[in-house]
Amino acid sequence: MLQLENVSKLFFTGTVNQRVAVRKINLTLEDGDFVTVIGSNGAGKSTLLNLIAGVYPPDRGRIVLDGKEITSWEEARRAAWIGRVFQDPAAGTAPRMTIAENLAIAYRRGQRRGLQWGLNKALREQIEVALADLGLGLEHRLQTKVGLLSGGERQALTLLMATCTQPRLLLLDEHTAALDPSKAALVTQLTERLVAEQRLTTVMVTHNMEQALRLGNRLIMLHSGRILFEIQGSEKRRATVRDLLEAFHQLQGETMTEDELLMN
Amino acid sequence: MIAAFLGAIELGLLYGILAMGVYLSFRVLDFPDLTVDGSFVTGAAVMSALFLHGVSPWIATLTALLGGAVAGTLTGLLTTKGHIQGLLSGILVQIGLYSINLRIMGRSNIPLLAGTVMDPIAALPFGLHVSTLLTFVALVAFCGVILWAFLGTAFGLAVRATGDSPQMVRALGGHTTATVVVGLAISNAFVAFSGALVAQYQGFTDVTMGIGMIVVGLAAVIIGEVLFGAPNVWRGLAAAVGGAIVFRLVIALALRAGLAPTDLKLATAVIVVVALLLPRWLTQRRQRQNLQQAVDAALQEKADAQVG
Ligand SMILES: Nc1ncnc2c1ncn2[C@@H]1O[C@H](COP(=O)(O)OP(=O)(O)OP(=O)(O)O)[C@@H](O)[C@H]1O
Ligand SMILES: [Mg+2]
Repeated sequence: MLQLENVSKLFFTGTVNQRVAVRKINLTLEDGDFVTVIGSNGAGKSTLLNLIAGVYPPDRGRIVLDGKEITSWEEARRAAWIGRVFQDPAAGTAPRMTIAENLAIAYRRGQRRGLQWGLNKALREQIEVALADLGLGLEHRLQTKVGLLSGGERQALTLLMATCTQPRLLLLDEHTAALDPSKAALVTQLTERLVAEQRLTTVMVTHNMEQALRLGNRLIMLHSGRILFEIQGSEKRRATVRDLLEAFHQLQGETMTEDELLMN
Repeated sequence: MIAAFLGAIELGLLYGILAMGVYLSFRVLDFPDLTVDGSFVTGAAVMSALFLHGVSPWIATLTALLGGAVAGTLTGLLTTKGHIQGLLSGILVQIGLYSINLRIMGRSNIPLLAGTVMDPIAALPFGLHVSTLLTFVALVAFCGVILWAFLGTAFGLAVRATGDSPQMVRALGGHTTATVVVGLAISNAFVAFSGALVAQYQGFTDVTMGIGMIVVGLAAVIIGEVLFGAPNVWRGLAAAVGGAIVFRLVIALALRAGLAPTDLKLATAVIVVVALLLPRWLTQRRQRQNLQQAVDAALQEKADAQVG
């Protein structure tokens, strides 16, 4: 459903600071794939997601979604099919607006935003049902400003906003990294459930290797803008964190501790 | 004395329309839009030029809205499509508008003595001040309801979210170029409308009448927030109008107390600085006091424990 063909992205091209953030990446996702992405800081994980989402166009290569070439489409146009959750809980929601208003914006993904009321009765009911399903009690706080929610609640809300219109593709960029362990576990659980229920094709960046192994059917490791290796299916189910580190060592000729790979 | 205060409230109401426009750019879009100093005059200029050419004053006043919208659109395009910093975009349009306003007017000052929209208002059968006040209140309320309704539409929600997180709006398929440009167009349309009305109220259009108008708008928005609170859109709009009236009353008082009219702009700046610093200073003081009390309480417990 999604193809990246030879996609590259440079920053500060032609200056002393030039960085090849993503280098000739080829990647094909099938319907229902759940890919976890790991790699050290600066490996190019966020850049890869931004390229798919259309935050900036690639310098080389093509991106095809459902047979449509979307390489030059701007972000807002692609967003009709792509849901996102960012690492920063503040980025994915509007803090000065209410929970209901935030979701009202999300429910209009891919539709024309005209002068019809932003929130009507039908939409409000839909929102209440969806929030009740989250199980955090947010359905009783429709008029609460999102800025007053905890980080975990905000990420759960953003996750709902990213998935409520059943996008073709869900992009998650370390969306639990800013949360404390118990909240992170909660949001991870929620992610698993929403993805499974709607059979969403998902790409999830994470610094947590065990999580990367446990979730999804495919795993790719990025390094210096390249896909260093990929495992999937039964091979992925059998793999351990140690296997990942050894594979990295063999391919890269560098030893790296788990800590270095996870977080600097 | 009473007349001076009623006059201050009347002018405050007209400035209230400007304040609602500034609320839209400064608070909703989080965009400090300096176009205002120019577009305020553009509204007055368009109105008076049409008026001089024999156009009905009502149509002339409504056309002023259009002039402001064009100015706001320009600023919006410079900052979104042109990637010019917001402040700079506003200043550039403001300075360009100065020449354009002069061209529209044909000279630097146009007296508007008779035949403006103020005449039929004054002719209402309630006496001059009551008629004027009632009409202005109705007008401001109407403008406020329109803006409030707009900000409640599907597009309006996206405009509001743009001020919070443009990244979120784009990720949800909203076009932030459109929300910024339309938001600034509407904001400056309100400002220009206010300019056209103020010109008719004071009986002339002058090309310099816009100087410092952004500060007046900010003063209104900030004073309103401090005094009345602005927890949601309609309260924010109401607070901006209330702030504009309070601002005019303070100015009227200051003039009465002997402030030289030439020192007005300085007084305006000082009022805004006070309105900005006072709330922060008060919360800091409260926090410090709470902290002191907490320390005292903790030490008290310690002492009790030792005794026990
Ligand atoms: N907008 C940008 N402008 C300039 N350089 C950038 C930009 N985004 C990323 N880079 C650079 O591209 C490289 C890859 O960055 P990227 O953010 O994709 O890494 P990452 O794998 O997501 O890392 P992290 O784990 O720290 O989030 C880095 O060297 C980074 O400095
Ligand atoms: Mg990243």
